[in-house]
Amino acid sequence: MTDQELKDNVIKYRKLFPLLSQDIAYLDNAATTQKPVAVLDAMKAYYEEDNANPFRGVYDLSERATERYEEARAKTAAFINASTPEEIVFVRNATEALNLLAYSWCEDNISEGDEIVVSVMEHHSDFLPWKYMAEKKNAKLVKLEPDETGAVTDEALDKCLSDKTKLVAITQVSNVLGRVNDIKHIAEKVHAAGALISVDGAQSVPHMKVDVRDMDADFLSFSGHKMYGPMGIGALYAKKKHLEKLRPFMYGGEMIATVHWDRVTYAEIPHKFEAGTVNVGGAVGLSAAIDFINEVGWDIMEKQEEKLTLKAVNGIKEINGIRLIGSDRPEDHKGIVTFMVDDVHPHDVADIMGRAGVCVRAGHHCAQPLMDHLGVKSTCRASFAFYNTEEEVDKFLTELSKVRGLMGYGF
Amino acid sequence: MDFKTFYNEVVTDHNMHPLHKHAIENPDFEMEGVNPSCGDEITLQLKVKDGVITEGGFVGDGCAISQASADIMIDMVIGKKTEEALHLADLFIRMIKSEASPEEIDELQEAGALADISHMPARVKCAVLGWHTLDEMIGKKD
Repeated sequence: MTDQELKDNVIKYRKLFPLLSQDIAYLDNAATTQKPVAVLDAMKAYYEEDNANPFRGVYDLSERATERYEEARAKTAAFINASTPEEIVFVRNATEALNLLAYSWCEDNISEGDEIVVSVMEHHSDFLPWKYMAEKKNAKLVKLEPDETGAVTDEALDKCLSDKTKLVAITQVSNVLGRVNDIKHIAEKVHAAGALISVDGAQSVPHMKVDVRDMDADFLSFSGHKMYGPMGIGALYAKKKHLEKLRPFMYGGEMIATVHWDRVTYAEIPHKFEAGTVNVGGAVGLSAAIDFINEVGWDIMEKQEEKLTLKAVNGIKEINGIRLIGSDRPEDHKGIVTFMVDDVHPHDVADIMGRAGVCVRAGHHCAQPLMDHLGVKSTCRASFAFYNTEEEVDKFLTELSKVRGLMGYGF
Repeated sequence: MDFKTFYNEVVTDHNMHPLHKHAIENPDFEMEGVNPSCGDEITLQLKVKDGVITEGGFVGDGCAISQASADIMIDMVIGKKTEEALHLADLFIRMIKSEASPEEIDELQEAGALADISHMPARVKCAVLGWHTLDEMIGKKD
């Protein structure tokens, strides 16, 4: 693909996102992505044509709703190369997936003295549930620390693993450092130590081919809204053998087989984990988002995101008074570029840039332990999706270079 | 909104060259205020004698709005009775909620420079952090 072909493709697909017609540079894609019209249309069509409470009704409409929902499950499973659709549990988002897993899995698999390894770069949603359960079970939470570039070295990992290790929780792509962790390699070591691995895929699944079987992940959590799908739908992938042994997380309707006053049997997986009326509209939207990603293809998406990241990282290095967080090498940032402006608080930076029409995130990015580890309070972050353009990165760099001056500091 | 009305000179000056951003000795009142959404934090300290604020300072870390607002506040309340300080805090918080009259904003003198933040919901918490902390700290005791 030539550079011109890439540009043409980006322009073609960008036009399919209604919100992107606004005159802003939306560079907060790690927080949530915009939605293509195909996703919005699919959800509208579901509610206009097929909506009913799935699983319950025997009438045709309810069956159609059930079909739409199960089609979405099958598509999601195929997208990450799960063995069967039933390995996909639909949840609200990665946070819910991680809570489900931590509560249910730790309840039966963690005892006093056991160890759970959690990397210090985890989002709060992949830290707090494990911390809570470790405390509840008198187990130990072991901190896995990446090096200053965000890489998890074998040495650091080996130090954390022991015969007491029961599970390692780690993100595939840090939402702050943007570094991609080699999960396949890490999983091999974790399994060799006799433990399981839970992967936070919130920042990886939307931006690269993730193959749960190839990397041999026991669990993978991700959110639909960060991958061009709607908010309120996400998934927990678990190997069937684990899912079958996992206790329910939420109790209620649809997750049961029979209920009597003195005895209850639960539904088969994955329904056992989907109590209450499920989010069919959201699942249909996620399914359309997966179709959209497949249509555009990883080649275009990854090439464009790499190009934007390269331009942003190199551009930032040329502006005085800006400090890059994590690795200096653009190729170590999976579309995520985090930085600080000397003397200016990140919230002021984001506010000033926001006024100029550049949307960047400021704060601790729900990763305060990592902020402590890096010795900073908060940072700014620009995060790209394939629909962003080089012109937007130029605008970002131009506005960023003005910030210190506007706040009364020299350049 | 124009950049100048928001990050105006009053704000950038107090942010770059705060008058009261330091700890004071043996404070009679001390309280920490945190804005969890942004991570702004201040620890406010006051000395009060016979119901009059005689000394004040703060330490902390946060955006220009939160730090400048706290600095302006301390500058205004030193030498005032605690009831007057609470009255100013009430005025300030109402100004940020767009509930204060022009006369009341005049009464806030330099702190009136932050009036435009009322149009910027994301920054409201930053602006009121110091004032809320003051209100809780001296409004509570007695």
